[in-house]
Amino acid sequence: MNRPTNIQDSPVSNSAEILKPPVTAVGPIGWLRKNLFNNALNSLLTLLTLAFLWKTVPPLLRWAFADALWTTPSALCRQNDGACWSVISRNIRFILFGFYPYDQQWRPTAAVILLLGLIFFSRDRKYWTKGLAYAWIAGLTVMGTLMAGGVFGLTGVESSLWGGLPLTLLLAVFGLTAAYPLGVLLALGRQSRMPAVKVLCIVYIELIRGVPLISLLFMASIIFPLFLPAGITINKILRAQAAIILFTAAYIAEVVRGGLQAIPRGQYEAAESLGLNYYLTMRLVVLPQALKIVIPPTVSILISAFKDTSLVVIIALYDVLKTTQTVLSNPEWMGFSREAYLFLALLYFTGCFSMSHYSRRLERQLSTEH
Amino acid sequence: MKTATWILVFTVLLGWTMNASAGTLDEVKSRGYLTVGVNGQVFGFSMPDDKGVWKGLDVDTARAIAAAVFGDASKIKFVPLTAVQRLPALQSKEVDVLCRNTTQTLLRETTNGLNFVHVNFYDGQGFMVPKKLGVKSAKELSGATVCVLPGTTTELNAADFFRKNNLQWKPVVIEQNAELNKAFFSGRCDCLTSDVSQLAGHRAVAPNPQDYIILPEVISKEPLAPVVRHGDDQWFDIVNWTVMALIQAEEFGITSQNVDEMLKSPDPEIQRFLGVTPGLGAALGLDDKWAYNIVKQVGNYGEIFERNVGPKTPLAMERGLNALWNKGGLMYAAPFR
Repeated sequence: MNRPTNIQDSPVSNSAEILKPPVTAVGPIGWLRKNLFNNALNSLLTLLTLAFLWKTVPPLLRWAFADALWTTPSALCRQNDGACWSVISRNIRFILFGFYPYDQQWRPTAAVILLLGLIFFSRDRKYWTKGLAYAWIAGLTVMGTLMAGGVFGLTGVESSLWGGLPLTLLLAVFGLTAAYPLGVLLALGRQSRMPAVKVLCIVYIELIRGVPLISLLFMASIIFPLFLPAGITINKILRAQAAIILFTAAYIAEVVRGGLQAIPRGQYEAAESLGLNYYLTMRLVVLPQALKIVIPPTVSILISAFKDTSLVVIIALYDVLKTTQTVLSNPEWMGFSREAYLFLALLYFTGCFSMSHYSRRLERQLSTEH
Repeated sequence: MKTATWILVFTVLLGWTMNASAGTLDEVKSRGYLTVGVNGQVFGFSMPDDKGVWKGLDVDTARAIAAAVFGDASKIKFVPLTAVQRLPALQSKEVDVLCRNTTQTLLRETTNGLNFVHVNFYDGQGFMVPKKLGVKSAKELSGATVCVLPGTTTELNAADFFRKNNLQWKPVVIEQNAELNKAFFSGRCDCLTSDVSQLAGHRAVAPNPQDYIILPEVISKEPLAPVVRHGDDQWFDIVNWTVMALIQAEEFGITSQNVDEMLKSPDPEIQRFLGVTPGLGAALGLDDKWAYNIVKQVGNYGEIFERNVGPKTPLAMERGLNALWNKGGLMYAAPFR
């Protein structure tokens, strides 16, 4: 084994011989020895894992990229061993936009880009000003106009024709932004000293949490219309959206309540002794601390709510999952479900991962610990 | 006290729903378009294509109704419905008519308060097996594992069939059509059971279609027909006679291509049918050109069949029971007079 024997100059002492640690103890080799091969069992596990990866990853890459077909018709795909991404590329417009009129699909495209742009700018706290709020209001108005049309020479497109990605994003963004404040209000209501408010909030939260989202969606789509007078039908999307908001709000309420209970009594008393009323106490003292504590569980709920939007499939709303399934039930593309679901997984992962990534960043920025 | 108030509110609301039944035809006309409940996932019957345009036999039947009512087959809104949603959607008036491969049964007509009009597709449940299994009849399927979709009459029919014939079977229940297909062709089950119309479609996309056969036994009757609500006879007549007009047009040999020439036909029956001699449309509360509009814009039953499920489509189905009555099938329209 080679040991470096050269002498280094040292500002402290140039007489003593300073040895570098052996290469087997530091650097990449040292790290490997310390973490992966530090005893017989770990060495075995490492080797097994490597063997497993060697067996699985190259064939997967070959299937997904090298042998894959990207835009060919399905007949060619059936003779090929690799992935058939044509199931996505050939149907991408139906998967992304559903029934939206084919020649008007630039409109949902523009609306989605606008929405993503707004979300991107809202990431940074230095843009959190009144200007951003106005930008959101303007942006949402423009998006609504683009999607619905009927003005400025745009042909009207009924909301029942909206589908695919815009529908998923619509349900998610509106669902989450409306559920959050509602959830906070419910949490405050549950802590309230007014019995009527308190009981109402408790009943609401427990009732909603006591049933699965699927049953709420069924109620919104099947039972609710039976009670409406003839001729009045409330839009299916709106009913599903309301169900998602009500459901998510109940869960957020309980998370926020956890945060409220973590605030020491002294904080309330301090605020009171400053002469702050209930609204100001909550606004300036309690909520900023409570909401910060509960960022991680809140984001968990938001992420699962985002994924839950795909449950609208069961009431036959054509969100991006349903449009993909529809493509798969066409005999031409039957059997390419692996590729299609991988594509969807990637889409959802992008959404969920950005949310959790952002929440960690927000936690760091809001941290007041010393 | 509170409960009593609520019950009162509900009763009033319900009563309101029941009473406010202006005729469906008037409602549809004042709305300006027809709403139709469809399946949305069954190729050949009702499914959007890659541009989001609805295609299929049920869809074309619905377009024929719009053509009859408005003289314009495009004044229509399709509402995709799941199997659970379809009947409540019709009852709550969310849709005017249901064209969603629904089997006519006694209980659906009575307990659910619905009326089925003339059948637009005769289906039946069958079995598909790989040729190499060497099975010639479904009665030889003892001990077979059978791939089946859950929650439909298909599963129950299969159970009845195996019990009746004293055969052992092992169901493999798979939710999605595409997955069912995959499981069968990868050899997870010996046998696939579904409606014959579906089996043909499944076989068309097999890696080697010639390796599979559909067994001759059809174990159930599945007359699929459009559905309307009880209590509006005029609307029932319109939908019923629209389906019959499609069939009658084929019997007369009137197609979307030759319908304009047929207007000059000396045949009094055809003259009445196409409204050259007025009277039939008015009796239904429609324009006298209603049947002309149906054939001109949608075609006759034969054209619809060929276009959506016929031999040139991936489903490659023969007419079979769906041929005209004078060609060995069951499609028979009552006289137009």
